[in-house]
Amino acid sequence: MDLTAAASGQNLTLQRLKKNKSALAGLVIVLLLLIIALFAPLLAPHHPHEQKLDLALTAPCQEYPFGTDHFGRCIFSRIIFGTRTSLEIGVIVTAISAFTGIVFGLLGGFYSGFVDELIMRVVDIFLAFPGLILALVIAGLLGPGMFNVMFALALVGWMGYTRVVRGAVLAEKEKGFFAAAKALGAGDFYIMYRHLLPNIIAPVIVMATLGIGHAILTAAGLSFLGLGIQPPAPVWGSMLNDGKNYLQAAPQMTIFPGFAIMITVLAFNFLGDGMRDILDPKLKEKRIT
Amino acid sequence: MLKYIARRLALLVVVVIGVTLLTFSLMHLAPGDPAEMIAINRYGLENLTGENIEQIRAAEGLHAPVHIQYLRWLRHTVRGDFGYSLVTGAPVREEILLRLPATLKLAFAALLVSLLIAVPAGIISAVKHHSPWDYATMTGALLGVSMPNFWLGLLLMLLFSVILGWFPVCGYGSLRHTILPAVTLGAGMAAITTRLTRSSMLEVLSQDYIIAARSKGLSEKSIICNHALKNSFIPVLTMIGLQLGHLLEGAVIVESIFAWPGIGKLLVDSIFARDFSVIQGCVLLFAVLFVIVNLLVDISYVYLDPRIRYEKES
Amino acid sequence: MALLSMRNLNTVFHSEEGKIKACNDVSLDIPAGKTVGLIGETGSGKSVLGLSILRLLPRNASLTGEIRYKGQDILTMPGKQLQQLRGNEIALLPQSPSTSLNPVLQTGSQITEGLCLHRKMKWKPAWEKALAMLRLLNLPQPEKKAREYPHQLSGGMKQRILAAISVTGRPSLLIADEPAKGLDAVLRAQVTGILRQLTGETGAAMLLITHDLKVAASLCDEVAVMYAGEIVENGPAEKILTNPVHPYAQGLLASLPEHGLRPIPGYGPSLLDLPAGCKFQRRCLLARDVCAEKRPPWQVFSNGWHARCWFIDQSRKSQQNLYRGDLQKTAV
Repeated sequence: MDLTAAASGQNLTLQRLKKNKSALAGLVIVLLLLIIALFAPLLAPHHPHEQKLDLALTAPCQEYPFGTDHFGRCIFSRIIFGTRTSLEIGVIVTAISAFTGIVFGLLGGFYSGFVDELIMRVVDIFLAFPGLILALVIAGLLGPGMFNVMFALALVGWMGYTRVVRGAVLAEKEKGFFAAAKALGAGDFYIMYRHLLPNIIAPVIVMATLGIGHAILTAAGLSFLGLGIQPPAPVWGSMLNDGKNYLQAAPQMTIFPGFAIMITVLAFNFLGDGMRDILDPKLKEKRIT
Repeated sequence: MLKYIARRLALLVVVVIGVTLLTFSLMHLAPGDPAEMIAINRYGLENLTGENIEQIRAAEGLHAPVHIQYLRWLRHTVRGDFGYSLVTGAPVREEILLRLPATLKLAFAALLVSLLIAVPAGIISAVKHHSPWDYATMTGALLGVSMPNFWLGLLLMLLFSVILGWFPVCGYGSLRHTILPAVTLGAGMAAITTRLTRSSMLEVLSQDYIIAARSKGLSEKSIICNHALKNSFIPVLTMIGLQLGHLLEGAVIVESIFAWPGIGKLLVDSIFARDFSVIQGCVLLFAVLFVIVNLLVDISYVYLDPRIRYEKES
Repeated sequence: MALLSMRNLNTVFHSEEGKIKACNDVSLDIPAGKTVGLIGETGSGKSVLGLSILRLLPRNASLTGEIRYKGQDILTMPGKQLQQLRGNEIALLPQSPSTSLNPVLQTGSQITEGLCLHRKMKWKPAWEKALAMLRLLNLPQPEKKAREYPHQLSGGMKQRILAAISVTGRPSLLIADEPAKGLDAVLRAQVTGILRQLTGETGAAMLLITHDLKVAASLCDEVAVMYAGEIVENGPAEKILTNPVHPYAQGLLASLPEHGLRPIPGYGPSLLDLPAGCKFQRRCLLARDVCAEKRPPWQVFSNGWHARCWFIDQSRKSQQNLYRGDLQKTAV
């Protein structure tokens, strides 16, 4: 890649990042969440497992900013600690899905023929199952635990990346420099690494950012249904599960954890949408020829 | 075009076979001995004897190698025999058919709600691009996409059932029972569809043929209705096929919240009860339904878009 | 009085990179019944000018100045009136037939739409009329083609459909936007024929926007040469297309294959950042200091012929040996 083009390409990206309000807003919130997750013990006023049964189901007050749940635990503290779990799951699951997806996408797009057909059929088969349902069954059958949830979610998320990456690889193959590189004697992995990877990074980043939000949402759904990480761990989804039994008596158990989920997913959606606009502004306004 | 359909059908068969394979292997994912699990379900943990387990193992054919088990299961399934519920003992097919109408009712109502909101909202947003209405709608859609649908369901329940008392909290039967679940399920879909309708419409409105139509002196309304709509609907329609997947996912959760006696609730209950036959049946049903609907959507896409329907002559 | 008269037209696009000045202080007259050619390279602003007349530009464009059609200023016209104007009085023959027809509508119905709108016809007679128009335009098998979709027709056939659409309103002015763009010689000749047929039979005036000098030579009575958003020379077609006075126009002619294929050195200016004085100054062989400082006004060369250059009296002398031969009006 031409040096000046590369340099100016980077500057333009940073420039666009600064101007794009939604990406910035998303980034700010995500960073805030990261800080909350990292410094949870310092930020939370109470220990998330600390029970005070005589204070159960209290409304928000000064001592308990979000009130308490049915075991007298501070909802605010539990939400803060819950940030850790959510971000952990979101990031790890997305990393695994993305990595798996990219590998398959590269292999399929690059080698075409039987390998490609095989991979695409497997993708189609996995895509036949609505994501939550497959994850539900897998996590449900494997049993409780964070690892099982992550495994299930990763298994359900890799297909999108494969399709996108494969599509990008096929598009790049049309461009001809691919054939030129081969003619120069470049090895397969070298081509994949040097030539294809830089071109697929942009859509993958967008997908992964949005994917983290999606993973957090699905994980919350699984926790809500009673799967995944077991109590008394402070997980937003299971907090809502508890909350639904006390809807009238203690709506704070339902309102605040759900709000936390929404803000978190919103942040990643903002960031992802913003990144899409930044990295591929051709999709924005139609240019004047 | 017939060739296209034939090819898709062939692909369908391959995918469905793969789906059955995956579904079958899911059951063997669970830790523990399936014969033992069945015995526990049938006789209870206290009455467990080695004999019972071996009896079951023989009866269910669980001693055979895995691929034989698969073929046997496949043979039964193709004939419509999904086995028997380990919990109730009733045929799985019955259990599913009993609950299918409820889920279909919910899905249909939700789809209706979703389209009634999303399509006009998306079109107006696109036409009034960058207006306050556009920003408000897009923000709303973004919130809708980020919001967990179970949270929305609970909030609606809180507001409309608990506080206002307009609708029953849960259950099945009348229209009043249907509204909250349908809105919960439909709202999430509406958010996605609104965004798609808007972006599809924007794409179409920036095309040359729209400028050409405008230059003819047609009114904006006429341009949108006669020229833009049909073009923008094609991608929206294909999205609706994908929406079915979301619909099924959402149904699982919404049915659990509102105690709606549909397949979603059946699935969740079965997972906790380790009722393998029912789980297999439900999962297979969901997957095959999804694949068929997608195929139908693809075919209708071909039918709608004249560029594919009519081959180019010289 | 001219049919269409533009005065001091400025078209600016507001983009995230800045203000793109597509048309700069453009003044042009189109007399009734005459064909005026608007010639320039890609990016000179000529298509934008064409679209500006009918206010068909995207939302981020702003127009200032005056465009008077039969005395009325189009730029200040209310929406309803503008809608009446479009297609009826002034029609556009859009660029690129493959993207200017709605892919999901039958070609015939795109013509009848115009007929029903402008001539208040009912559908059946409109369909018959559309077929008649296509026959006149020499489209083979019009009954069959009218029921087909745009992608099923060849480029030349689509061009005829667009031509038919453009005259459904019996306009007095036809704006033909790059009708010969990207076409081979055979199609180009066909299109030129169609345009001549349209103006000949309807008596309409035409603004022919093109970069193809041969097409312009075949059809135009007058010609305006555009560069970097400005009109730099304007006058009788025959004179300008054989022996222009503006250095840019001379360079254009010199770059033709039959005149030696000599390109004009340098690059055109960015429309985001236009120089203050003469826009062509950086590439002009005659450039002096005054060219960079002050924008040249119209200098009259002879009756009805002027150019925007400080040195038109000298431009002829030095460019005389640049090329030999004249540009003949090609018969089609």
